[in-house]
Amino acid sequence: MLEIKNLHVKVENHEILKGVNLKVNAGEVHSIMGPNGSGKSTLAQVLARRETFQVTQGEVLFNGKDLLAMKPEEAACEGLFMAFQYPVEISGISNAYFLRAALNAIRKYRGQEEMDAMDFLPFYKEKMKLLDVDERFMTRSVNEGSSGGEKKRNEILQMALLEPKLAILDETDSGLDIDALRIVANGVNAMRSPDRATIVVTHYQRLLNYIVPDFVHVLVDGRIAKSGGKELALALEEKGYAWVEAEGHTAAVAV
Amino acid sequence: MITTMQQLPSYLQAFEHSQKQAPAHNQEAWLRGVREDAFTRFCQLGFPTVHEEDWRFTNVAPIAQSTFQLPERGFNGVADHDVAPYRLAGLAAQLVYVNGRYAPGLSRLPLGHKGLKVASLAEAILKEREKVEPHFARYADYRQEAFTALNTAFFEDGAFVFIPRGMVLQEPIYLLYLNVSSETPLMAHPRNLIVAEEDSQATVLEDYVSLRPGVSFSNVVTEMVAGEHTVLHHYRIEREDTQVFHVSTLRIQQGRSASVSSHSVLLGGALVRNNVHPVLAGEGGECLINGLFIGNGRQHMDNYMKVEHASARCDSRQFYNGILDGKSRGVFHGRIIVRKDAQKTDAKQTNRNLLLSDEAQMDTKPQLEIHADDVKCTHGATIGQIDEEAFFYLRSRGLDEASAQGLLLFAFASECLERMKPGSIRSYLERIITQALPQAMHPEAVR
Repeated sequence: MLEIKNLHVKVENHEILKGVNLKVNAGEVHSIMGPNGSGKSTLAQVLARRETFQVTQGEVLFNGKDLLAMKPEEAACEGLFMAFQYPVEISGISNAYFLRAALNAIRKYRGQEEMDAMDFLPFYKEKMKLLDVDERFMTRSVNEGSSGGEKKRNEILQMALLEPKLAILDETDSGLDIDALRIVANGVNAMRSPDRATIVVTHYQRLLNYIVPDFVHVLVDGRIAKSGGKELALALEEKGYAWVEAEGHTAAVAV
Repeated sequence: MITTMQQLPSYLQAFEHSQKQAPAHNQEAWLRGVREDAFTRFCQLGFPTVHEEDWRFTNVAPIAQSTFQLPERGFNGVADHDVAPYRLAGLAAQLVYVNGRYAPGLSRLPLGHKGLKVASLAEAILKEREKVEPHFARYADYRQEAFTALNTAFFEDGAFVFIPRGMVLQEPIYLLYLNVSSETPLMAHPRNLIVAEEDSQATVLEDYVSLRPGVSFSNVVTEMVAGEHTVLHHYRIEREDTQVFHVSTLRIQQGRSASVSSHSVLLGGALVRNNVHPVLAGEGGECLINGLFIGNGRQHMDNYMKVEHASARCDSRQFYNGILDGKSRGVFHGRIIVRKDAQKTDAKQTNRNLLLSDEAQMDTKPQLEIHADDVKCTHGATIGQIDEEAFFYLRSRGLDEASAQGLLLFAFASECLERMKPGSIRSYLERIITQALPQAMHPEAVR
């Protein structure tokens, strides 16, 4: 589904990603972990096609298509969804209006019929139940006046509605209490399916107790320094990132 | 003086002509006196120049240097079907004017509201002098303001709205001013007087529309008298052709505990000056001044607010949002004057602007003049571009650039809509604004 080959990314002449390689197949859940400043969020945002980043080398294929040639809206329409670390507040646009506009933009791109308000509302309400969101939320402005936890829940609600092929969760666990974390994880798990893939970007192992990954990758200084199964996350929790960083140096020296 | 008054002979000629050709109401001695006084004042004042602080950002030379004529008789063939797009259900009354002249055949007078008057001002001057004279030209200051003087000297007609004591009028009153240009540039000086007696409530909409493209000059003065404990909502839409010069002055006189809102939506016009001037003359009054202007091409839109707190314990709120594209230019000049006795004044002013192109320009200027010592006055202004974060957020959900921008502009404009009372006028304005936005979205809202 997603194939990242030797990806190098710069921000204002500062190289953040220094050759990332990653392959994600349909049905898999991958977790990308790493210390602050390792480039985790940059990777997520480059995949979501934020234009402030400059790709200097490498290639990313999304379902066989060149992802790096896509605009953000094209990537979304092709089935990519990123849950934001800092969801944006948009005053004056209701959640319901925004989501129907987004859903219809994607449906139109795929040659499907647009959904009218009558069909959309029951669909929206069903997903709100899944994320334990009050119905009054529909008419509220997007993320306006919401707590951090509500914003993150709204991200997963949007994901549940837009039904992406590849979901990228960028530090979705930050700022969540344990109850909200469970609700969010349930929402994500409910979407796991053989034809959908998920990338969970996180600093802490905590979320991975609820969303159990098939693969864990550790990003250190712009490169994937170590990959493994879910037990790698537990080892990191115990030993800290310094352990991988040190190992990375040893490996570099050995080469 | 020379540069600003080179067209004086043409105004003099027009004034003499209108005195001679005068409709019956000019024969009223008191009014003739006011007109002559106003014309003399206009000749002394001349058109304002950019050297005057209140006109620093707006050069009215294009108006001063052009010759405009008063319209000839007749309604230029305006028929009922021309008015059809401007009919609204559930109105108390709709008065229609063509080039400033009352068109009785196109108007709908109120039915079944005892004591309510919605009529041609010219007619009311003759028939209801006792209601008109105590207020007419008492608030809008033709001695100091050139455009008010010009209007007072030349006005031909307008609306007289009288809401009797205690009447709560739910249905809006719609004043529609149609501009039909001709070969020679015309001028019109619509004049409205709205008087609301104590404890009454009403909503008035003034709408300025062009039926044909072309150059003309509209110079409007509206005096609104809000008696004690009244609740009044005033709306103004300027959507004339982009070659029209439009100056309007809304002068509000508020009595004790009166609550007044003024909502201005400026979309049309080449050079627009929107003066809003409430005087909070009685204790405990509230005033909301809300506006939205959307400029493109070479449009120039100047909003000049003068909020005068003349009495204690009054609140005023100003909120203006501007969207400027192309080479358009916007001005927001927000003056707050707090008189010595106006203790416990609470005045707030916010002006937010979005510039959509590198060549668009915005000047914003707060001006606080405070002569009392126990007051709360705040002001804030922002000028910026579309929020990149929000733009990316919307696109990351599948909306293309045009839709994302349209949605963000709609959201920005909605701030203004949300300050209006929900109802038919707000829905009407929402449709008009949506169509006026660049890359218009069509939110048949899910809400």
